[in-house]
Amino acid sequence: MKELRKGNEAVAEAAIAAGCRCFFGYPITPQNEIPEYMSWRLKEVGGHFVQAESEVSAINMVYGAGGAGVRAMTSSSSPGVSLKQEGISYIAGAEVPCVIVNMMRAGPGLGGIQPSQSDYFQATKGGGHGDYHMLVYAPASVQEAADLTYKAFFRADYYRSPVMILGDGMLGQMMEPAEIPQAIDPATLPKKEWAACGHNGGTQRVINSIFMNPDDLEAHNAHLTRKYEEMAKCDVMSESYRTEDADVVLVAYGIVARICKAAVDMLREQGIKAGLFRPITLFPFPYDAIRKLGDGGVKKFVSVELSCGQLIEDVKIGLYDSKNRPQVGIFARVGGNVMKPEDIAEHIKNGEVRSSWIK
Amino acid sequence: MKQIIVGGFGGQGVISLGLMFAYAAMKDNLNTSFLPSYGPEMRGGTANCSVVISDREVASPVISRPDLLVAFNTPSMAKFLPLMAENGTAFVSEEFAEPYKGRADVVAVPLHALCGENPKGQNIVTLGAALAHAGLSMGAAEEAVRQVFKNKPQFLDANLRCLHAGAEWAKKAVRA
Repeated sequence: MKELRKGNEAVAEAAIAAGCRCFFGYPITPQNEIPEYMSWRLKEVGGHFVQAESEVSAINMVYGAGGAGVRAMTSSSSPGVSLKQEGISYIAGAEVPCVIVNMMRAGPGLGGIQPSQSDYFQATKGGGHGDYHMLVYAPASVQEAADLTYKAFFRADYYRSPVMILGDGMLGQMMEPAEIPQAIDPATLPKKEWAACGHNGGTQRVINSIFMNPDDLEAHNAHLTRKYEEMAKCDVMSESYRTEDADVVLVAYGIVARICKAAVDMLREQGIKAGLFRPITLFPFPYDAIRKLGDGGVKKFVSVELSCGQLIEDVKIGLYDSKNRPQVGIFARVGGNVMKPEDIAEHIKNGEVRSSWIK
Repeated sequence: MKQIIVGGFGGQGVISLGLMFAYAAMKDNLNTSFLPSYGPEMRGGTANCSVVISDREVASPVISRPDLLVAFNTPSMAKFLPLMAENGTAFVSEEFAEPYKGRADVVAVPLHALCGENPKGQNIVTLGAALAHAGLSMGAAEEAVRQVFKNKPQFLDANLRCLHAGAEWAKKAVRA
């Protein structure tokens, strides 16, 4: 049944539904409703909640619980997610499934607490050290936040990899009617034959990320790369809106894509053929889908983002060998400010292609 | 589509009024989004929220030109009234509506009088008064009030009376 739910709470309840039974976190605005919700809700389903002494501890607790085979999650916001990066690298290296939520706020440093998308590079290009990636989902509504969080646990187990939910303060704080997917009983999930759960009948199972022999590590890197290549084939998701006959296409993810949708409708009413391309997975980025738009009739792409020119880089990569050489520009607000639909429509009507977000 | 902004001081029921608009929209089987301002808000500080109600999928939850503005204080009126859409309507407390006298798009609501013995019910009176402008039904609004007070049943009846007082007053005093 649909209920009016806050984005953060929908993420938390969807995690429970997906069989998440361990949550470790440390408070930070604007994602506090997730740990708050988990603190009472996990107890009801026989799970475990720990408010750790720091983000570094929280992510390492996730490493431990995930390594023992439990579906585990942590959540934070930008400065807190920076602190988790070492742990995420270890988790990716050790192939431990888990879900990490980042409800982004503006940075760098302590920054502010208002919405932002400035952790795009960190999330998609490997925020920690070493060659690794993770699936990154960018929900654009409370319903999609619930659906993708649920899905994230299954994909994490399938790949034995961390999966990130990348939202922002707006998504976390806003409320919309949403339905939580059907709850599963984690006891019915397939046994994880690799998990270090202490009940292996005397056989030793080791989970770590250390490979002292370069050839062994190279083989491990190749194994990880094959996973990322499989993700790029099987997991990539995007949405196109009114792009069929579009001259100009806005590219945006998360709530910003919703603001763009309203801008597209405004522009269409004024006779401007605008469309929207929304990546739903940020890693893998839907390069093929955007190139197809470029190979069609689209003359101009505008990356609309709450960052100083991060998303635009993947837009350019997607279009670099597009035969029509469409123009690529940026329209951004940062610092915690959010553009309004009219601002975007006005920018598109001006016809200017900006290479920098600064006016 | 209706785009609503509610603004006022923290503690005046700004956020809960926005929530009630969203709940009522859901009960009327409409799509809705509720976006609160968040930050170092506190009692006495400013607070506002945006609600979109639509029979189609809600595109942007961020509003620039509200059709319906509810302002519980002068700063909110100053901030949001210039943004109001053509044919939009603002509902403000009578006590500071003086500067807007003569404007057909500003409705001065005698909040204190309509609250009766429930001085905290100003936001619910406003829900009743603005209900027709928001395109919502009384049944849905009653459900919304019940939802907000589900953990405080002792205050429910007084607040339902506020809801009806606001709606009755609007029927006589406000042209749709």
